[in-house]
Amino acid sequence: MGFDFAVVVPYLGSLFQGAVWTVIVTCAGGALSLAGGVVFAVAALYAPWPVRWGIKGFLWLFRGTPLLLQLFLIYFGLVEIGIDLDAFAAGILGLGLHYATYNADVIQAGILAVDRGQMEAGRTLGLSQGQTLRKIIVPQALRDMAPPLGNNMIALLKDSALVSVIGVAELTLSAQLAISQTFRPFEFYATAGVFYYVINLGLEAILGRIERRTQVAR
Amino acid sequence: MLNERPVIEVRHARKSYGAVEVLRDVSLKVRKGEIVAIIGPSGSGKSTLLRAINNLDPLTGGEVWLEDTQVNEALPPRRYEAHINRVRQDIGMVFQHFNLFPHLSVRGNITLAPMMLKGIGRKEADELAEQQLARVGLSDRVDFMPSQLSGGQKQRVAIARALAMKPKVMLFDEATSALDPELVEEVNLVMKQLAEEHMTMIIVTHEMGFAQDVCDRVLFMDRGLVVEQGPPDVVFRQPRHERTRAFLRKHLQLRD
Repeated sequence: MGFDFAVVVPYLGSLFQGAVWTVIVTCAGGALSLAGGVVFAVAALYAPWPVRWGIKGFLWLFRGTPLLLQLFLIYFGLVEIGIDLDAFAAGILGLGLHYATYNADVIQAGILAVDRGQMEAGRTLGLSQGQTLRKIIVPQALRDMAPPLGNNMIALLKDSALVSVIGVAELTLSAQLAISQTFRPFEFYATAGVFYYVINLGLEAILGRIERRTQVAR
Repeated sequence: MLNERPVIEVRHARKSYGAVEVLRDVSLKVRKGEIVAIIGPSGSGKSTLLRAINNLDPLTGGEVWLEDTQVNEALPPRRYEAHINRVRQDIGMVFQHFNLFPHLSVRGNITLAPMMLKGIGRKEADELAEQQLARVGLSDRVDFMPSQLSGGQKQRVAIARALAMKPKVMLFDEATSALDPELVEEVNLVMKQLAEEHMTMIIVTHEMGFAQDVCDRVLFMDRGLVVEQGPPDVVFRQPRHERTRAFLRKHLQLRD
């Protein structure tokens, strides 16, 4: 016995295809988590109190329960009330919402860290609260938020493996399919690991560039 | 002239934080083109009064009028929001700590609000920025970031930013207090020039010399009340109230 990585070669194409889906799910989930994070953060800070407390309760629930469970709820559970999402959509929605709650925390802290005088200056010119947030506060908050948000994106990429359980044919599921045909778990999981690592390197390079760019405007 | 509506009128302003009364029945009329200085010890309520004029610090009681619009009109929240945003376009404000937008260039600082609120295009806004920068003597700084400017230059940009909205009145909240002494003069010069252009101004200041030189009227406030007001010559040379005298003694000593 021993490891034989030659068995992986015929499956590299399908693993690569899986990796592409992982990137797509990560990008879509990441975008949703950022947009959702901004919406939740602004609502948790500035909405009238019933909305504010509703959002806070929702954030607390979503952060306090496992992502895996949320994926099951969204994919299998929502069918009962007539919302039948395909696995791909359910996976992106689950990942996006779950990480939106983490991002909301970071974004709230970033917004609160911007000097109060900035809001006053915007409002004094006649801008509304929303306009001031969009044009003045959030762009500055982004500068402090870029590193922690980047960390969340890396965690999201790794957690995207979880959507394999609801049948999204991303990298982990592609590896599992290959294993079920070859009975070589180590070789395929290790290869998938290398793929994840390479995707991660790419993501970190992009994040590093964004961080450098946001630091300039200080 | 006598019957002309004041640009700013404050009627019986009251403001309290819990049990602490910051403003106790303050009234004020500012005519078009008039320049009013508000002086007084810290905690006298002068900044609160100024910030009540554009409702940054809402009053607990009393009225604020900008010409024939009531600034603090009682409206349902959403309608009030639209109302105050419109009113504030006509009231320029300059802060002690400049509050420039650090992520935007000088040009961006000046053009942001006119472009968003007055519906003017990029080109027109850029021309506006250049005009206003010329007014404060900073035409060559249009592409700088705020972090590349001195304190005095930042404050002049802040003034240009406020002027770009073509306000009917300018409020200055200790505009030179955060500046190094050698940078105060350049900001004072810009304000003097606005005075010559007959801009209506309300100036909260610690600089008695400036108040005396530039302003038409001086209000001395203490403990939430206007103790004394009048032309600078009268208030500074022949103050009628002991509290005014004590304050001026202390301040004029500090200046020597």
